[in-house]
Amino acid sequence: MTYTPPPQQRIVLTGLGLTAPNGNAPNEFRAALLDGRSGVQHYSIRYFGETVAGICHFDELRYQKRKEVRRGTRAGSIGIYCAHEAILSAGLSWEDIDKSRIGVYVGITEHGNVETENEIYQIKQFDYDTSVWTHHHNPRTVANNPAGEITLNLGITGPHYTIGAACAAGNAGMIQGAQMLQLGECDIALAGGVSESIHTFGIFAGFASQGALASHPDPTKASRPFDQDRNGIVVAEGGCLYVLERLPDAQKRGATILGELAGWAINSDASDFVLPNAQRQVACMQLALQRAGLEPSEIDLVSTHATATVSGDIQECLALRTVFDNCPNTLINNTKSFIGHAMGAAGALELAGNLPAFQDGVCHATINVDTLDPLCDLPGLILNESREKKSVRTILNNSFGMLGINSVLIVKHV
Amino acid sequence: MTTTEIRHEVINILADIAPDEDLSDLKDDIAFRDQLELDSMDFLDIVMELRKRHRIQIPEEDYDQLASMASTVTYLEPRMVGLQKQ
Repeated sequence: MTYTPPPQQRIVLTGLGLTAPNGNAPNEFRAALLDGRSGVQHYSIRYFGETVAGICHFDELRYQKRKEVRRGTRAGSIGIYCAHEAILSAGLSWEDIDKSRIGVYVGITEHGNVETENEIYQIKQFDYDTSVWTHHHNPRTVANNPAGEITLNLGITGPHYTIGAACAAGNAGMIQGAQMLQLGECDIALAGGVSESIHTFGIFAGFASQGALASHPDPTKASRPFDQDRNGIVVAEGGCLYVLERLPDAQKRGATILGELAGWAINSDASDFVLPNAQRQVACMQLALQRAGLEPSEIDLVSTHATATVSGDIQECLALRTVFDNCPNTLINNTKSFIGHAMGAAGALELAGNLPAFQDGVCHATINVDTLDPLCDLPGLILNESREKKSVRTILNNSFGMLGINSVLIVKHV
Repeated sequence: MTTTEIRHEVINILADIAPDEDLSDLKDDIAFRDQLELDSMDFLDIVMELRKRHRIQIPEEDYDQLASMASTVTYLEPRMVGLQKQ
């Protein structure tokens, strides 16, 4: 099956900026993934106490003044850092670009919890006197904050907003950017996802109450999708934004094309607040494949969503077994095993770790699998050591989230 | 607090609000806005910090009194005279 959309409808990735717990640039991140280096650390947060988390160590002051950092949010800083790095890597002639034709589409799992918790903690010191509640609260907590801070910092006057899509948000941000380019709403899209979630105690406490928070004496071993002894999610912060363009625009300026967004799909389970639904994941993957004009056997690499919850990993494996039955050449990996679950950034970040495989054919593994859960024993699963393939030309990127949201993005080598 | 201590406290607050600014050469008789990059949110920060640190309530109609260091200290003196330096 071959299908090639009209050139103006073909959307390509031409730039990439990221911060992950194990790297603040695409090459650092990739090197860590190939070396099997985790970015998960010991972490402590008020009220909740000791836990583990994926913590980013990028330089906030590289692209922001101290006053901007103070006024804004961590999600905003992550977004600003990633946006600058993406623009630089795309080789865009920034001064010559019409800033009103740039759109900013940032996926988020949640926003505002960190800032609200901080303020409640502050007013607690004043016996809950709301007159000391900061006037910065509303601009920090409006849902468009992380995208809006990027436009303020970079002088972008085109559309901006966030896409709230739970843990499917990284893919959803990219899909939104691609669709806006197809609609002609912008000529350049900055799209992907960010997460500041490690700064809210609520997310740790919530997962703990749900029995879904990872723990391990060695933080680097805590995130272990597909392992028999997995015990939950490692929460991480991070960000990853891409420069998206229409193919002819990218070709016209001689841009380096990192990949083409060949097909995508978002659907809903309509079955449970938190439990995944393998049948709907199958439907989502099949729809994305159909739109990309690809057969499952034509997918070289699947980047799994698996977060290391007991049921989530099994459900995704069930779905993958259905879709990729009789696909012996399709490899499967997982990036959360290195960095934890970067929430709104996860889909975009995990794709970024895999894109270099288009150049060198090397696929990173899923680490920390000491005893493979038999229910997760997929034929193509790359366990613990990177694997080289003759060539990688297609990647299928899964990202699923609470309330039953599934997103699948297929990227093709151009 | 003495006049000098009040001025010092305002400098401390400004240092937190405008951490990129050099405050060593701040002129007391020139408006903050003409020497520093301060906007309306920053002025609200000054009001908020005085409220939080010293429980001083500044009504909105008095905000103009915080235009410069000289006018701010003059305005705060009667309100902070009995306060202990923190």
